[in-house]
Amino acid sequence: MLRRTAYTLLVLAVAGAATACGRAAPDAEMAASSRGPITVWLSNNAQEVAWGKKMIAAWNRLHPDQHVTAQQIPAGKTSEEAISASIVAGSTACLVFNTSPASVPTFQKQNGLVPLSDFPDGDSYITARGGALTDQYRSPDGKFYQLPWKSNPVMILYNKKIFAKAGLDPEHPRLATYDEFLDTARTLVHSGAAKAAIWPAPSSEFFQSWFDFYPAFAAESGGRQLVENGTPRFDSPAGRKAAAFWRTLYAEKLAPQESYPGDALNDGKAAMATVGPWAVAAYQDSVDIGVVPVPTSGGTPPQDTYSFSDEKSVAMFSACRNRATAWDLLKFAASEQQDEAFLDVTGQMPLRENLLASYPDFFAEHPLYKPFARQAEHIVEVPNVPGSIDIWQAFRDAWTKSVVFGEEPTGTALRKASDRIGKLLDEYGDPA
Amino acid sequence: MTHLSPAADGGRTSRRGAAARHGRIRSLTGVLFVSPYVLFVLAVFAVPLVYTVWISVHRFYFTAPGTHADSPWVGLSNYRDVFTDPVVGRAFVNIVVFLVINVPLTVILSLVLASALNAKIRFRSFFRAAYYLPYITASVALVAVWQFLFGTDGFVNHALGPLAPDPSWLVNAHLAMPMIAFFVTWKQLGFFVMLYLAALQNVGKELYEAAAVDGAGRIRQFFSVTVPGVRPATTLVVIYAIITGANLFSEPYLLTGGGGPDHASVSPVLLMYQKGIEQGHPDFAAALGVVLVCFVLLISLAARKLTERGT
Repeated sequence: MLRRTAYTLLVLAVAGAATACGRAAPDAEMAASSRGPITVWLSNNAQEVAWGKKMIAAWNRLHPDQHVTAQQIPAGKTSEEAISASIVAGSTACLVFNTSPASVPTFQKQNGLVPLSDFPDGDSYITARGGALTDQYRSPDGKFYQLPWKSNPVMILYNKKIFAKAGLDPEHPRLATYDEFLDTARTLVHSGAAKAAIWPAPSSEFFQSWFDFYPAFAAESGGRQLVENGTPRFDSPAGRKAAAFWRTLYAEKLAPQESYPGDALNDGKAAMATVGPWAVAAYQDSVDIGVVPVPTSGGTPPQDTYSFSDEKSVAMFSACRNRATAWDLLKFAASEQQDEAFLDVTGQMPLRENLLASYPDFFAEHPLYKPFARQAEHIVEVPNVPGSIDIWQAFRDAWTKSVVFGEEPTGTALRKASDRIGKLLDEYGDPA
Repeated sequence: MTHLSPAADGGRTSRRGAAARHGRIRSLTGVLFVSPYVLFVLAVFAVPLVYTVWISVHRFYFTAPGTHADSPWVGLSNYRDVFTDPVVGRAFVNIVVFLVINVPLTVILSLVLASALNAKIRFRSFFRAAYYLPYITASVALVAVWQFLFGTDGFVNHALGPLAPDPSWLVNAHLAMPMIAFFVTWKQLGFFVMLYLAALQNVGKELYEAAAVDGAGRIRQFFSVTVPGVRPATTLVVIYAIITGANLFSEPYLLTGGGGPDHASVSPVLLMYQKGIEQGHPDFAAALGVVLVCFVLLISLAARKLTERGT
């Protein structure tokens, strides 16, 4: 009896372990035309969740036979880690409405993504919706593995009250050129109006450069990417000027070398911040804010100034068994009508051309979003290349060492980082 | 010569059979009781360790189920990458700095505090709870307290005035790792004090009485009776502190923003996380993990030899 019980327990344990470890993939050909219930993941941003629930409810009313369940992306240090783990486990949702373009090459390498270009109307739908802006989102094999969905173009948000306290004109701040920006920053800090002129996170995480160097480089270079045609582009006059500008901010202690444990702009510790339109809703009740483009050395006119997009895409994952439903839902969620609802609820910019003309009522009612809509026409994405995260980490390491802490001249650091990233690109291009 | 009757022989055989059956039942019961733990160890330690070693000698990355991905044998290539990566070297130097500060400090402070808390002092229970509290509090919450204390505008810098370091404690390339070592020492002290308190209960009071009769004062008693009396606990404390210290992750990640300036506080495990999870190089991370296991084993063995010397 005991022996039987012991064997039964052992068999159950082994079977349980085998079931848990068993990973079955759907047949891609069958899944491509299959319809039925699916699950989607939304970002855990409260406004996006509110929009997502309404959108899914509308879909479910129209398609009761293809029921969609919405969940928030599982908790993790970052969404990308949770998604990457679920790709390996084969438990990813059909669609993830918050896929970072920087992680797309990694997900692709994991065979975790469905090429949207393989749907008969895949390419035509994506390019018709986003126009020329979508070119940056094609993978090196020429296919779209993501639908470029919404951008949060990075601009300079400033606290008008702090500017006034420092004796500066809050309605016409002098922030267009590097010299103007530095003079303004000095006045803000030396007058005691704010502890910091601007306070981006100076820490070493790979993505932090998207909110200090990359917007400055995009603006200064007139819309170049960090890597283009397999070559690093930042060890250039534009890159060196942007790095020197930020180095001055850190060297003169106008930007602190330590992360702020909270929201420095909201707490009145910093007079400015590099943020996207999501921040308007977040600050408008607590801070009297103004918006200007990212500065350049010569002061580029706002309508010609580029910045980092901070875009998020929608991607379809290979664990999806009803991909025809997922594709239809994706088009439904990114339709002009849903984009309007999304803009209205979240203030984030749907990745479409001519936003101001497409949604005039919204921008008339919310003028603070207008600069972001104009900026959304001039955005630069992270390069869609294999090893994207490695590349950004290598860049960030050089940045913190030279620009934030001044342990190496910025020009030397950029040259070394460019060499290192060039080698990484070679390695990824030829993994053997 | 004694002849056994068939009945008597049969009885002995039957008793022997019963004893054998009883032994088998006992043995099976034992197997039943240990099997969950054996399965647990196999599932969460042995199999992953073997798999890690396998990954470390292949070009490998994690893929979606059912998809084909080549994992060619690359021999020691991943290990070569690990040993030639300057950041790995920095991570191990950082861990050595951490252990040099953390381990002796942990042993000394926890033994002294345990001895004090073992004596009959007022508010003894309060002090015991007070030292244990940081250990059971989440690192994330404590990190916020330390940032408040040691931040650029923190309490400590205000107190120090012009003597405050620049850059400040947590972003200073020379001070970041020692700060982490002090933080971890403080956080884990309660646990080690508890270990020593338990060990102190086994040190006979008569030894202290004899030492007192021989004229030994408090300090002499501490070094001649307490320290040798808790030596097995010291071995445990040292090895445990080395193992947990070498596996440092949360503190550099949270306290110094992902490894500090120019990798000043990066640890091997933090690097494994960055390489294996963030950057998608589980093969490199696996090789680094195997190197770390060997490193911890060697240091732990050396520490054991050292602490048990003379026993």
